[in-house]
Amino acid sequence: MHPDPRPLVLSLAGITKRFGPLTANDHIDLDVRAGEIVALLGENGAGKTTLMSILFGHYVADEGVVHIAGADGQLAPLPGGSAEAALAAGIGMVHQHFALAENLTGFENIVLGTQSLWSLGLRRGAARAKLERLITESGLATDLDVPVARLSVGEQQRIEILKALYRDVRVLILDEPTAVLTPQEADSLAATVRTLARKGLAVIFISHKLHEVLALCERVVVLRGGAKVADQPTLGASRASLAELMVGRPIPARERPPANPGAPVLDLRGVSVGAPGQRDRLEGADLEVRAGEIVGIAGVSGNGQGALAQLVAGLASPRAGEALIAGVRASRADPAGRIAAGIGRIPEDRHRDGTIGALSVAENYVLETIAAPENQRAGLVRRSDIRRRAARAIADYDVRCPGPDAAVRALSGGNMQKVVLARVLERAPRLVLAHQPTRGLDIGATTDVHRRLIAARDRGAAVLLISEDLDELFALSDRIAVVHAGHLSAAMDTAGLDIRKVGLMMAGHAAEEAA
Amino acid sequence: MLWSALDILTQANFWAATIRIATPLIFGVLGALLCERAGVLNLGIEGIFVAGAMSGWLAVYLGLPLWGGVLVAAATGALFGLLHGILTVPLGLSQHVTGIGVTLLATSVAYFGYRVAFPNVATPPRIEAFPPLDLPVLGDLPFIGPILAQQTAFTVLAFACVGALALILARTPLGLALRAVGDNPEAVEAQGLSVVGLRLGAVMAGSALMALGGAFLTLSAFNAFYFGMINGRGWVCIALTVFASWRPGKALLGALLFGALDAYQLRLQTITGGAVPSQIFLMLPYVFSIAALVLVARRADYPRALMKPYFKGQR
Repeated sequence: MHPDPRPLVLSLAGITKRFGPLTANDHIDLDVRAGEIVALLGENGAGKTTLMSILFGHYVADEGVVHIAGADGQLAPLPGGSAEAALAAGIGMVHQHFALAENLTGFENIVLGTQSLWSLGLRRGAARAKLERLITESGLATDLDVPVARLSVGEQQRIEILKALYRDVRVLILDEPTAVLTPQEADSLAATVRTLARKGLAVIFISHKLHEVLALCERVVVLRGGAKVADQPTLGASRASLAELMVGRPIPARERPPANPGAPVLDLRGVSVGAPGQRDRLEGADLEVRAGEIVGIAGVSGNGQGALAQLVAGLASPRAGEALIAGVRASRADPAGRIAAGIGRIPEDRHRDGTIGALSVAENYVLETIAAPENQRAGLVRRSDIRRRAARAIADYDVRCPGPDAAVRALSGGNMQKVVLARVLERAPRLVLAHQPTRGLDIGATTDVHRRLIAARDRGAAVLLISEDLDELFALSDRIAVVHAGHLSAAMDTAGLDIRKVGLMMAGHAAEEAA
Repeated sequence: MLWSALDILTQANFWAATIRIATPLIFGVLGALLCERAGVLNLGIEGIFVAGAMSGWLAVYLGLPLWGGVLVAAATGALFGLLHGILTVPLGLSQHVTGIGVTLLATSVAYFGYRVAFPNVATPPRIEAFPPLDLPVLGDLPFIGPILAQQTAFTVLAFACVGALALILARTPLGLALRAVGDNPEAVEAQGLSVVGLRLGAVMAGSALMALGGAFLTLSAFNAFYFGMINGRGWVCIALTVFASWRPGKALLGALLFGALDAYQLRLQTITGGAVPSQIFLMLPYVFSIAALVLVARRADYPRALMKPYFKGQR
């Protein structure tokens, strides 16, 4: 093998970081060359975030050094613990949650902090000229003069990348950049990243989506349990081999036996939810979900899936149309009634809507059925009974926690979601509403959620799956409908459905023109 | 009677009073909006008004020139701002609780200082307050002239502060950073700026402005310090800040509107001559404030990071 002629721009040697007894990074070495696109893979808790936080000055490493190439190409040590030093050295990061002030325009966000705070005016001319040049070079065209709040997620991401480029970065870190993009937006991002790499930018690409990693990156570095377990060219790797490296054991292929649908459990006819001016609303939606099938709803968040979820969960009432939910005509908001009718709700935000952090696992487990006779007698909670059943659910669902009395707040996201799943699925609901059920979960926990949703379907439940992750939708759903700007398309059979077509429909094209 | 009620609006005296009543509120709202734009609610405002009124007045009484008193008041405000800032920004304590604590502390310290300085006085000692403006050309204008002739240089400072703050927020790198830190401190951190530094600075400067509102009362509107003279003006400013949507220009408008209502109800009282209880009229500006808030606050675009403490490295 020939030595790589491209110069090193970043070199991490023996980086170690401990938090109490936990070693988050264990002697990690990583070299990145100019123009290289390196994937950084790992489960939640594998140490990716810690490593990047050290690089970006949020944490100081206990051991090890970071070297970064200066303007002259010579490697020099980077002082730890200073975001300012990292910025000055040419490290830029685009976080999954954008670091943008939404009340400022894109232009203002980009120049923020680049001019002395004590100067009397903003020098716009030179900044404009430099930005125009960067936009032409990178192809990141976007409106720089409206408040960021009015831009789409894809546009906001372009501003974030421009922000880094404006600072003359030599190393760009992209943290889960495609998690919120439509397939078309993700393609355009990949093209941009390739263009930038050709001009000599080193890119570290953090993603869960292995097919993107395989398509875009030339080298892949895998972390597991805080240590580097692989550093290999992407050529010759496969999704299965990478997933196995991340998890540390083979991942069984997902199996989805054909659906055997029965009678409709959810039946919407011309249903409208939410005020006409509202962004997240439904307009005249028709949808049928039958017992024993999974229907997926694709769409960029905020296009109406929130309204749909609220309607099904009983948090909103239809403004027009007929909604038959689990055999009950839903004319008003009635969450307790929906639960009684047999609807299991897996909410989008498990921290805010799914669990109550201060309460114990056992209390969260019975949260929705606390008034039922098995949970209370004469107005008093049957504590020991509940604890016993919760302990069984903890074992059945493999919730990693100290016990039924542990506060839910102390659980990891994946374990919190297992508590929600146990609560919902143990009641054998007729209709399961799964709203972004695997957001923020790692491969292990995601596989578990998927397996249980399919099991619920095979048991005869109707499952409404709302997700932004097209891979997830295609893997689980029997039929897929797309929602855009409040309009819900007809549900299409997943078998033979083109993912590009769904992507175009998510961007607002009608089904016929997207075909 | 209706005619005389409308006639009030044509009197220069009424408009002069409007501006006089509005001036301390202008300072107060500017101060509150500066703190809140940076993400910190400062309920210490009521106490900072008292401390500014007392310290500025005492400094002049002890022999400093009037503008020296203004500086002393501003410094006192900044000091209480520093206290509020340290407790709420790096330490991240509850901004409500801390603010009310600062109000109680600042009020008590001011009253205590006054009692220590003047243990045995029946009538409050007086100073030579800011003289009315004597403008060469503008003072001779019809209608406008008499209104201006009743104002002082301190009022001019208030109007200048409106322009200056509007300009800083809209047009300078510092203004960008202040607006950003109240919306998303992570964005500021990620650009290599100090969230703590910006917020502390904004709270200190904002508190200095609040203290000037208090000092206007003792150095310009009156010439002495009384207990209870602030009388809720600080709280009104907190409400007016929402009404102003955190914009200096609208802050001026809100303060003037409130001043006009207060000046108007005083004159209405004399017209009705006791037929209606005076308390009803006293209530009017506050009823207006509540009504305006009901209409405006529901749609208000609060700074997104207002009242949310920020800790470095914690996402």
